[in-house]
Amino acid sequence: MQSYCFYFIQVKSSTCINSETQKVGSETKGRFQNYTERVLLNQQPRERKLRSRERQRFDPNCFDPNSRRRRGVIMIGLFKVKEKQKEEAKNNNARGASAKKQSAGELRLHKDITELNMPKSCSISFPNGKNDLMNFEVTIKPDDGYYLGGKFVFTFQVSPVYPHEAPKVKCKTKVYHPNIDLEGNVCLNILREDWKPVLNINTVIYGLFHLFTEPNHEDPLNHDAAAVLRDNPKQFEANVKRAMYGGFVGQTSFPRCI
Amino acid sequence: MVLMDAPQSKSRDLDKLLLRSGNLVGPGFFPGTDLRDDIREYVRVLVVGAGGLGCELLKDLALSGFRNLDVIDMDRIEVTNLNRQFLFRLEDVGKPKAEVAAKRVMERVSGVEIVPHFSRIEDKELDFYNDFNIIALGLDSIEARRYINGVACGFLEYDEDDTPRSETIKPMVDGGTEGFKGHARVIVPGVTPCFECTIWLFPPQVKFPLCTLAETPRNAAHCIEYAHLIKWHEVHGGKSFDPDEPEHMKWVYDEAIKRAELFGIPGVTYSLTQGVVKNIIPAIASTNAIISAACALETLKIVSGCSKTLANYLTYNGGEGLHTKVTEFERDKECLVCGPGILIELDTSITLQKFIDMLEEHPKLLLSKASVKHGKDSLYMQAPPVLEEMHRPNLSKPLYDLMGRVEKDTVHVFGTALKNEEKQSSLTKLRVVFKEVDGVADMDTAILRVNSKRKTPL
Repeated sequence: MQSYCFYFIQVKSSTCINSETQKVGSETKGRFQNYTERVLLNQQPRERKLRSRERQRFDPNCFDPNSRRRRGVIMIGLFKVKEKQKEEAKNNNARGASAKKQSAGELRLHKDITELNMPKSCSISFPNGKNDLMNFEVTIKPDDGYYLGGKFVFTFQVSPVYPHEAPKVKCKTKVYHPNIDLEGNVCLNILREDWKPVLNINTVIYGLFHLFTEPNHEDPLNHDAAAVLRDNPKQFEANVKRAMYGGFVGQTSFPRCI
Repeated sequence: MVLMDAPQSKSRDLDKLLLRSGNLVGPGFFPGTDLRDDIREYVRVLVVGAGGLGCELLKDLALSGFRNLDVIDMDRIEVTNLNRQFLFRLEDVGKPKAEVAAKRVMERVSGVEIVPHFSRIEDKELDFYNDFNIIALGLDSIEARRYINGVACGFLEYDEDDTPRSETIKPMVDGGTEGFKGHARVIVPGVTPCFECTIWLFPPQVKFPLCTLAETPRNAAHCIEYAHLIKWHEVHGGKSFDPDEPEHMKWVYDEAIKRAELFGIPGVTYSLTQGVVKNIIPAIASTNAIISAACALETLKIVSGCSKTLANYLTYNGGEGLHTKVTEFERDKECLVCGPGILIELDTSITLQKFIDMLEEHPKLLLSKASVKHGKDSLYMQAPPVLEEMHRPNLSKPLYDLMGRVEKDTVHVFGTALKNEEKQSSLTKLRVVFKEVDGVADMDTAILRVNSKRKTPL
């Protein structure tokens, strides 16, 4: 292997697209160097290319779909296309193709919904009927902690690229909670930065349930509530109860949800 | 200076590929002017998207000898497009991209016919897509690509041996660019991995935690997202945010500036606001040109067989120097979109309930408590109870009727499968074929064919 006075990147590819490139200092040169430079630098890239092209001899295995070196040629038989078009023109063939559009995201959502294993006190409803499973509501009744006895409704909106995007979840019930603001935005890591496609609706519901049994004052969306929880848990408990029974906390009034 | 005849010089480069044989040609490649003329006359190519990649693709395909092109795009021309979408001029701002692009290319290349479609890709009938021989994609989102992939793979049919039937294969050539980077890939349903087979390669989107946005922003993007996601709903209640509306964008920009001043964070500019809210990355004309050239070349190769095709994913990075690499990805045999699934032949009289019971006894499936989905309709769901009730009436109806009385179609089933004596959740694709049977048939005469492995959970 000859050594060159400049940094050399060579990328071998398995097809005829020759992707050899060279980097000269900070400049980039493509395959087409001029003759003078080649001679001066005492290299023969052309020759090397010839050799590599010769190596890529016609390989009958490339059309065998079962061959491991499956670098075949993909082509559509043009004469078949012609025949088909002529026939269709003659017969006015209507194709009986599947008219239903597949959606892999919906499939995965359906599977997640049939495998739901929610806590006993949670329930799910489909306001748009069985034909729209991308929008639904989950009602959570915490069985422990400050929010025992309350009933909180969350709306779920699942995007077509699920599971690559997290479902959009908002809290429909106005609640006094350090991690849920008064607009209904929910601060839950798996709904934003920690979402992974391997998670599902069940994990989200468990995450929401956990928010009520163990509210977290360290990631606050409602910093007044978080401050009270941190400094005066007894006051926090009282505030939560008052809010759930439909009273005022500070300047804000809450609807009854217990 | 050699004088060449005017008609010859137009396709001089194309002739080098199509009029003579070589050592890389395909098995059905017969060089000659017939091939060149057939491409001109019979091949129909659809270009999806008339933006950065679409404009270049139209030009490249028109100059490569294709004469029947269609282009579909739902957007209108904006001023920011003009640096790279070279078919558009300042006076075209506001007009539909597809129509202007078609008009300009037809003016420059004689003989080409481009039919523009100013509509969303979802609004077109499936038969529309079926008329084309190759679909070239110049799209800008995962969602759109997934949709077209679903459509093209939906045309794919398998025969009894689970080999794809070649006349139902609809090849796609997909390109994408982002700044200095780009990719070009060939998707042949049934042969190469489809878009769904490799969708797991995408990295997760960058999403900031809501509490960071609300309490502790640290950079300009946090301020912008706060204004976009939190402050907007506080002030504008029910109105939904429209990123294309300049007033909405201006409002978000102003709020972001206020927020940034409050926390002493520099760097909020109007263009950054647009970038963060609309996920825009500045685009470069050369990247688009390179990627669409690769795509147009692949289209020509697939149609004519004049050379080995890309196998099957080309990445390009021109950020620091120039680097390209071709990777050969393998198909996922159990892909829900392009995989063969398990072939099941049924009588037209079989009810949904009997079908579900049958799945439990099927030797390769052993699927208990199955839920059944056909395309967009869910036919039966075992859980949760509220949905089970809604679907219960379907159980007594014949599956043939529930599926719309088509001779064959794809059905997806999920439930608990027994694999190696372990219960596992399973989602499988089934190819259901109905036999034409007169009179009443019973379950025992249905034939269940055993073909492929069970699907493991995603």
